[in-house]
Amino acid sequence: MPKGTLANASLTPWQRSSPVLVVLAAITLIWYAAAVWLNAPQIIERVLADKPGWTLFDLAPLTWNMERPVLPAPHQIALDLWNSITGWPIDSPRNLLFHAYVTSTATLLGFVMGTLLGAVLAVLIVHSRTLDRSLFPWIIASQTIPVLAIAPIVIVILGSMGMSGLVPKAIISMYLCFFPVAVALVKGLRSPGVLEMELMHTYAASPSNTFWMLRVPASLPYLFPSLRVGIAAGLVGAIVGELPTGAQAGLGARLLTGSYYGNTIQIWSALVMASLLGLLLTGCVAWAEKTFTPGVKK
Amino acid sequence: MNTTVVIAALLLMLVVAVFSVRWTAALNPQSLIGRVAAPLLFGAWVLLFWEVITQAFDVPRVILPAPSLIGSALWKGASLLQDDVVQTVLKSALAGLVIGCGFGFAMGVLIDRSPFLQRGLLPLAALASSVPLVGIAPIMVMWFGFDWQSKAAVVVLMTFFPMLVNTLAGLKEAGHMERDLMRSYGAGYWRTLFSLRLPVALPFVFNALKINSTLALIGAIVAEFFGSPTVGLGFRISTEAARMNMGLVWAAIFVAALAGSLLYGVLGWMERRVTFWHPSIRRG
Repeated sequence: MPKGTLANASLTPWQRSSPVLVVLAAITLIWYAAAVWLNAPQIIERVLADKPGWTLFDLAPLTWNMERPVLPAPHQIALDLWNSITGWPIDSPRNLLFHAYVTSTATLLGFVMGTLLGAVLAVLIVHSRTLDRSLFPWIIASQTIPVLAIAPIVIVILGSMGMSGLVPKAIISMYLCFFPVAVALVKGLRSPGVLEMELMHTYAASPSNTFWMLRVPASLPYLFPSLRVGIAAGLVGAIVGELPTGAQAGLGARLLTGSYYGNTIQIWSALVMASLLGLLLTGCVAWAEKTFTPGVKK
Repeated sequence: MNTTVVIAALLLMLVVAVFSVRWTAALNPQSLIGRVAAPLLFGAWVLLFWEVITQAFDVPRVILPAPSLIGSALWKGASLLQDDVVQTVLKSALAGLVIGCGFGFAMGVLIDRSPFLQRGLLPLAALASSVPLVGIAPIMVMWFGFDWQSKAAVVVLMTFFPMLVNTLAGLKEAGHMERDLMRSYGAGYWRTLFSLRLPVALPFVFNALKINSTLALIGAIVAEFFGSPTVGLGFRISTEAARMNMGLVWAAIFVAALAGSLLYGVLGWMERRVTFWHPSIRRG
């Protein structure tokens, strides 16, 4: 059997997308079936108890249109999403785009800060043996710990210093972005081989020339995958950062209020919005990757 | 104490620290001592500076408690934190990790035979990696209750896709030569699977396990922010942070970090034992 990448290259767009569509259709069908199964006990108890002789055809539409279902049907989530986006002005807290905006500003600010911090540390580590041998092992080790656990502390510490809102969330995002970027950049900046380095030497290139013209371009293929990981992690960080404060706005706050009031449709639509935001952010990074590293095969 | 004296002492310490770390970093990297001395000494200096600065400048405990304070909180809250570890690491994270990775692995082996399902599921798995899956936590808490089952469910969902993707990639790793050799031996699908393709896939599987061990702890801890019984590392961190009891919060974070490193370390040790033949292990 040929490897997956080779097989994909010779496929028409239809052949490539039809399996995805089939799988999506199967998931939708299973979802509707699961909605009937999970919501049925409540419906039977409340609505159908005094109507003996009901059939599945009575049951199914009722389970797909409950106000607080155990599992809302996909069309209910889509409708809630649509209503919240079109039914309210863009700066209203009932509009999910407003929450997505709040969360994405924190994510992006944290992403930029984390990437810069990671890049500075990587450059220092590559150029200093002392830092490489003493600090770098700690950065690698810190990847194995659940950094997200510090989110409540960051909120409390910065809150006690009088900061709230955007900055604490951005700092949590920064923490999460910085580790993958630093590790990948160290690897990338070191990726030029002896041949390339000696060639630069024969050109009498200065250290800064070697850095900008050889090391940095060579590190880009390592940088972009870590940026994708970083921005996805940063989004999770921003959402989690909105949890412990009882924040008023943001997708995390929306999830939390939904879970307080048992409003399942609201949770699901916030979740869908968060997923779309995640796809958009990683899509932007993927686009930048294609633009800046055109010749590199993934 | 006089501030200038403190600052002068700190500067002196800094000079000593820089020179001692530089000296250990220059040790022979081939020996064990040469490799671990520099990071350990660096960590020790950081702790020492942390302690001295927080003590000397009376840094408010809310902002940064001294390491000694965290140590005593760790000691005093040991039994509390032990229950938290059992709840969060042993029940939620490990159960979810085993179930999620088991499902992902089984699914990978199953759909390996169907290119159609692979082309359908792999793009979805790629999408899942850029989606904040941990947001599913409030729904799981509603479905499975406050106890560890809901956290394990979140972890299952988070760990499933990385394992699926890596298992599929690993099963494709066996080369044509080796497969042809198996065929010339008259080996069937199952024999080839167990004797050739699964062993070759193991480095990928361990890679997924290591990624997932961190994801599992994150999932278990964050899911506890949405509701939990009065035990668990995530519960401890969020409630004690709200009560400004920062010593215990930092102690809980230390324990979470330790659990994460241990889990990762155990997986790394298993990987070296099981995939000893792989070039990346043989070399080191």
